[in-house]
Amino acid sequence: MPSDFAPISALLILSVAVSLIIVFISRLLGPFHPTTRKLSPYESGMQPFGEAIRRIPVKFYRIAVLFILFDVEVIFFLPWAVVFRDFKLYGLAVMGVFFFVLMIGFVYEWKVGGLEWD
Amino acid sequence: MDITIESLVFLIFGALTLGAGVLVVTSRNLFHSGLYLMMSLFGVAGLFVLLAAPLLAGFQVVVYIGAIAILIIVAIMLTPGLTQIKTLFNEQWMVNLAAAVIVFLVLVSVITPLMDDVGVDNWNADFTEDHPKAVAADSMTTLGEQLVDPDYFMLPFEVASVLLMAAMIGAVLLVNPGQAEDESVVPPEGEEV
Amino acid sequence: MFGPGESSVIVECSAQTTCAVIHAILTSLILFFVLLTGFAYTTVLERRFLAFLQARIGPNRAGPYGLLQPVADGIKLIFKEDLTPARAKKVVFWMAPVIKVVPALLVMAVVPFGPDITVPWFDGKWYHMAQGLADVNVGVLWILGITSIGIYGIALAGWSSNNKYAMLGGLRASAQMISYELSMSLAIIVPVMLAGSLSMGEIIEAQNETPILGWFVFQNPMAAIIMGLALLAEVNRAPFDMPEAEQELTAGYHSEYSGMKFAMFYLAEYIGMIAMGGIAAALYFGGYHFIWVDKAPLLGPLVFGFKVFVLLVVMVWVRGTLPRIRYDRLMAFGWKVMIPLGLVAVVWSAFGVILQEEMSTAGYVALVVAVWVVFLVASDYWLRRVGRREEPKMVHERIEVVSLSGGRGASAIRTLDKVIGAPLARSGGSRGEKQDQEPEE
Repeated sequence: MPSDFAPISALLILSVAVSLIIVFISRLLGPFHPTTRKLSPYESGMQPFGEAIRRIPVKFYRIAVLFILFDVEVIFFLPWAVVFRDFKLYGLAVMGVFFFVLMIGFVYEWKVGGLEWD
Repeated sequence: MDITIESLVFLIFGALTLGAGVLVVTSRNLFHSGLYLMMSLFGVAGLFVLLAAPLLAGFQVVVYIGAIAILIIVAIMLTPGLTQIKTLFNEQWMVNLAAAVIVFLVLVSVITPLMDDVGVDNWNADFTEDHPKAVAADSMTTLGEQLVDPDYFMLPFEVASVLLMAAMIGAVLLVNPGQAEDESVVPPEGEEV
Repeated sequence: MFGPGESSVIVECSAQTTCAVIHAILTSLILFFVLLTGFAYTTVLERRFLAFLQARIGPNRAGPYGLLQPVADGIKLIFKEDLTPARAKKVVFWMAPVIKVVPALLVMAVVPFGPDITVPWFDGKWYHMAQGLADVNVGVLWILGITSIGIYGIALAGWSSNNKYAMLGGLRASAQMISYELSMSLAIIVPVMLAGSLSMGEIIEAQNETPILGWFVFQNPMAAIIMGLALLAEVNRAPFDMPEAEQELTAGYHSEYSGMKFAMFYLAEYIGMIAMGGIAAALYFGGYHFIWVDKAPLLGPLVFGFKVFVLLVVMVWVRGTLPRIRYDRLMAFGWKVMIPLGLVAVVWSAFGVILQEEMSTAGYVALVVAVWVVFLVASDYWLRRVGRREEPKMVHERIEVVSLSGGRGASAIRTLDKVIGAPLARSGGSRGEKQDQEPEE
């Protein structure tokens, strides 16, 4: 029921309000004398050069794609996990087929080197 | 229409969904578009909770906000040169508009008979309470039983595994580790990440 | 002696609007302040206990035993200069700490802290209410979803700072968190299977069918270990504190943050530790259940708090003991060890639950023993294979105990060393061949 979530919304409002206050409190109470040096990005004391936001390696994209696939798999596990006890071996068999097909993909991924970081 | 807590919450989440959705398509910074998309999806999750479908809301947050929006943001970060877009309208916007209108009409034509089916005959009806059919359909137990039951969704469930496997293989082929030496993949300075 | 009498009226709190509202506000305030106080004293616990492990004293000046140290830190940070880098993306930069902290505070909302209680109120009625904010029936999904929102805080902080260290730290942290979130979700599925419910309250109650021995950690210890490791990685704690690898990345994603905005990332990390401890305690260590809690429901939060405290001490202990692992090893460990083992844990529980109902107890015990033997043999074979392929020179014939001279402890460790070293000694044939060829990196 939606009303189950009403107490959580109280906590949500409280935490958002308090975190917003905390975020701004240092600016209000602390000193504020910015200089060019203070506002430049920290690069271990060297003169900053170039843009910080640059192209990222494509392996992060691969991780994100694989994450979606496994996340969906986990989502499929959840409703099955609640009821599989009632279906005995039949429930196991249904999930077994699902699991086996996914494992083909996972093993292929592993063999081809899709899980290597470098 | 009198203002109850439900309608107030509905207005908040609806405004969040629509406002963030408009900002997704009008923002000139693709990264900001990605963030607005996440906010819009969050609003949809809130609407699901309001419709007594917390399960769907959970799936929405876990899959869409937690995974797909992250993927979109990573994809945008792959191409920082294209992050700032200069024109909001390209030559195909007429076609896109037509497609959007057609999809909207299809959705309306699909949803309207369903609403008649569950007995909701006008837009002001109370979706949230005393609607046993809608609430019972969202039980995790029912979903699990129907996923395993051959009369319901067992076949789609197994086919989904084939789909996921295909996507997994596709992901490897798309981002082949062997290409890592290629100039177009390594960042210009070739630094370690 | 203390409880509703024969004639008193008992009202269900959630059924009455006023009571429900008061309960929600009071519980969320209590939860909020307990988490904030817990954060303050977790920092003290960490610094004192880490100092103890390293034979130092640790902070002991502010207040008795250094107990006022968090207050001093807080006041110091409030009056620090709060800078925003010139080329930072301002709005995102200011909002990132909020996005990181709020999910950390919200995760615990679905965990009940004790059995239901009945309390008197001034109107002479007794109110029956839950000890906990909201035990929603999709509690597990809530935890998964809220944890995944926390990733945005780190990714956005790294991106918006416009600093190379912050960018790399944010990227690394988010890739690490999504990788380990998978093994965490696999380890969360196991209690769902054992309890047959997604509600945290029902999962906790299902562990009380036999006191203490019914805890899920005894039914599937492998899943519990995976859960613990994944939670450590999820809150970026040592040995998985890659985003804060200060030798490589300065301070990672919060390099450019100062003042209270910096403190908020600190806050999020420690509240995340507490929340993860709470989730692990609820899913695997029986939640608020221990002896006597059924008779005295008010003990529930104390027992729960004690379990969380023990888990926090373990986390600090791990930080004091283990070195940080390299980033490529971290990702390899997440994808090639944690996820396969998580899947094995799910399969184990699936067969366990079904076979427990189909078979006799003796047969079931025999099966469990057989599974353990197969598991140990397979992992021994696999570990030796991995060890040979990647680093032949790391395979030692036996572990040398050098710093212990005498006494019962040392001889016990030597015996243990022989037992542990036995399988390694058999595979140590290639030792010494390539030892001098690879230069130090």
